[in-house]
Amino acid sequence: MSQTDNGNSDALVRVENLTKHFSVRIGAYGETKATVHALDEVSFDVQRGETLGLVGESGCGKSTAGLTLLQLHRPTSGKVFFDESEVTGLSDKEMRPLRRRMQIIFQDPYSTLSPRMTIGNAIGEPLWLHELASGQEAQERIAELLDDVGLNPAFAFRYPHEFSGGQRQRVCIARALACEPDFIVCDEPISALDVSIQAQIINLLQDLQEEYHLTYLFIAHDLAVVRHISDRVAVMYLGRVVEMAPKEKLFENPLHPYTNALLLSVPVPNPRQERQREHTVIQGNVPSAISPPSGCRFHPRCPLAFEPCDHEVPEWREVESGHWVACHAV
Amino acid sequence: MSVLLDVQELQTRFQVRKGYVYAVNGVSFKLEEGETLAVVGESGCGKSVTMLSLVRLLPPAASIENGKVLLRGDDLLQIDQRQLRDVRGGQIGMIFQDPMTSLNPFINIGTQMSEPLIYHRGMSKKEALARSAELLEMVGIPDGEARLREYPHQFSGGMRQRVMIAMSMSCEPAVLIADEPTTALDVTIQAQIVELVKELRDRSGVAVIWITHDLSVVAGIADRVIVMYAGYIVEEAPVDALFEDPRHPYTVGLMGALPSLEGDTGTRLTTIGGSPPDLEDLPDFCPFHTRCPYSIDRCRTENPMLEPVADASDRGHRAACWVDIREVEVQSNGAGASS
Ligand SMILES: Nc1ncnc2c1ncn2[C@@H]1O[C@H](COP(=O)(O)OP(=O)(O)OP(=O)(O)O)[C@@H](O)[C@H]1O
Ligand SMILES: Nc1ncnc2c1ncn2[C@@H]1O[C@H](COP(=O)(O)OP(=O)(O)OP(=O)(O)O)[C@@H](O)[C@H]1O
Ligand code: SF4
Ligand code: SF4
Ligand SMILES: [Mg+2]
Ligand SMILES: [Mg+2]
Repeated sequence: MSQTDNGNSDALVRVENLTKHFSVRIGAYGETKATVHALDEVSFDVQRGETLGLVGESGCGKSTAGLTLLQLHRPTSGKVFFDESEVTGLSDKEMRPLRRRMQIIFQDPYSTLSPRMTIGNAIGEPLWLHELASGQEAQERIAELLDDVGLNPAFAFRYPHEFSGGQRQRVCIARALACEPDFIVCDEPISALDVSIQAQIINLLQDLQEEYHLTYLFIAHDLAVVRHISDRVAVMYLGRVVEMAPKEKLFENPLHPYTNALLLSVPVPNPRQERQREHTVIQGNVPSAISPPSGCRFHPRCPLAFEPCDHEVPEWREVESGHWVACHAV
Repeated sequence: MSVLLDVQELQTRFQVRKGYVYAVNGVSFKLEEGETLAVVGESGCGKSVTMLSLVRLLPPAASIENGKVLLRGDDLLQIDQRQLRDVRGGQIGMIFQDPMTSLNPFINIGTQMSEPLIYHRGMSKKEALARSAELLEMVGIPDGEARLREYPHQFSGGMRQRVMIAMSMSCEPAVLIADEPTTALDVTIQAQIVELVKELRDRSGVAVIWITHDLSVVAGIADRVIVMYAGYIVEEAPVDALFEDPRHPYTVGLMGALPSLEGDTGTRLTTIGGSPPDLEDLPDFCPFHTRCPYSIDRCRTENPMLEPVADASDRGHRAACWVDIREVEVQSNGAGASS
């Protein structure tokens, strides 16, 4: 579960200095070219069988991290290793056998399913694509997958509009499971669902992980959910990972001022505690990824900022076993 | 404390192709002066339609079939359009989930903010602009005067929500209705907005109705809570009683479904199996029975009324359930259909 001394002995996925910049045009008429620093020099690994949670506010680069890691975006620089071999730089053809092993589930179960395809076909598509099964065998596999995610196999002939949001997310999960992956990026898989339905999906993902020895990168902005499901947690701010640790350490002893601020921002579902709790809310807005602040990107909002923070990028270092942080004050 | 708003037996339905959608089914509640009331419940349970009914801002397909909405004694469902305009934005301020849709993208912030001040308070344009600049500063937007000339897209999501709050508070309303004002925002910005509303409330004494699907937000802001399900109020209680002694199985389910920032993470989350009913008919059964782990035969044939709960710590604690759940042992994790 946690990192060993050399840092990556049983890592299924490892990213090194992964960077993704987007070129965009801004201004009312798109007259100015600009670069979005969506992901900058990010390094982490995901151990076999674990869930690494990735949290941070909207636009901080969580989805970009997931998509670039899966080579669905071409990285600007940096490396990605999957099962010990480098995948950055592979051609589409060389990537294909690996694609089967790395899947993604998206936030929005409404737009990811084609409205004109039965859910049986949606789930079966990866089977045909990767030539894993066909005919009767494929039908049986689809029924099995539906059953795995808690849906009635008879639903295979229905269309997405006949299902609720939670049921559609189950279909997306079944589809991701179809080609027996080792690794799944779950990109906010429950954010669009109601609380009562969220819990069903979290439990389902946990059961499937156990049954099929899956490794997850679980992206979310809800800290309580991430705490519940993860073994380790990485916190992102404006394109960089600022802290990473086993979840107990991260939630009980956060070292980075931003992690701390995030934890203080989350209301606790207990009125007596809420009344007593200190409400130091962090000021200011999240700056733009087009012109990120110099030095430590958190410095304009950081209550602890001091001399080096506005010009020196803090180093990403392991301050105690398994606990990584990038901050001049730590 | 005296009653400011008294909603009685409110019923609102939508005409749809196949018949009706029964969105709000006999909702009654009171709001006292200066009080903060939270309304929670999952998507589609009727929170927004209830609030839009109060001020008659419903889409054409909707009709209010029954009920009274007494604001300091006057029935808002009976007054004429002109009086109604005085109420909206005057005595009742409103903030919605998505500030982008409530602000006009083509009109600068200053003009939009001054309009209600000119209309409701009879200010001159110049006075209204000066007041608007003050209001912006009050909600934490510095350089108010300069920013009045800017357009909504020049503001971040959190700032647009601040502008909406400033506008809704500008005419010193007696009631502020906030419909999921923080849902679209990031956690740190969400916390800023919640603190801002608390501060304004404490300073002005405005009564607040805060709609949300997030029980955690409720804990920090509400005096009292209403839980809605399928167009009905299924539980109502002071905030402490609701969290410490919930009596409706749906409320209990919602609480168990919340992962928390402390305590054991090894446990499974409680789930509420299945999904909410469609609202095509008025039910003659408990609308929660298909998902309820406590259900008995009676639940399938009679819809329970909202009534005071037994041994309540507070007289205002009411629930709509046939069963005293404290007397029943439920073995498992959740209910009904699947887990
Ligand atoms: N295809 C793209 N072209 C240009 N900019 C992009 C593109 N994809 C993402 N970005 C930008 O990169 C930054 C990171 O975006 P990303 O979607 O990774 O954030 P996120 O953390 O997933 O946010 P959210 O929580 O809102 O999903 C943002 O500033 C975003 O606007
Ligand atoms: N224009 C409409 N036509 C038909 N039905 C409608 C219309 N608007 C709302 N409804 C229905 O009325 C019911 C209540 O909707 P309402 O918007 O009040 O829910 P809500 O509790 O505010 O949900 P959310 O948390 O998603 O905002 C829903 O079942 C919805 O489908
Ligand atoms: S490096 Fe400086 S600005 Fe950045 S988080 Fe640490 S103390 Fe704050
Ligand atoms: S009335 Fe019956 S079905 Fe409805 S909530 Fe109570 S026990 Fe459950
Ligand atoms: Mg994203
Ligand atoms: Mg609503």
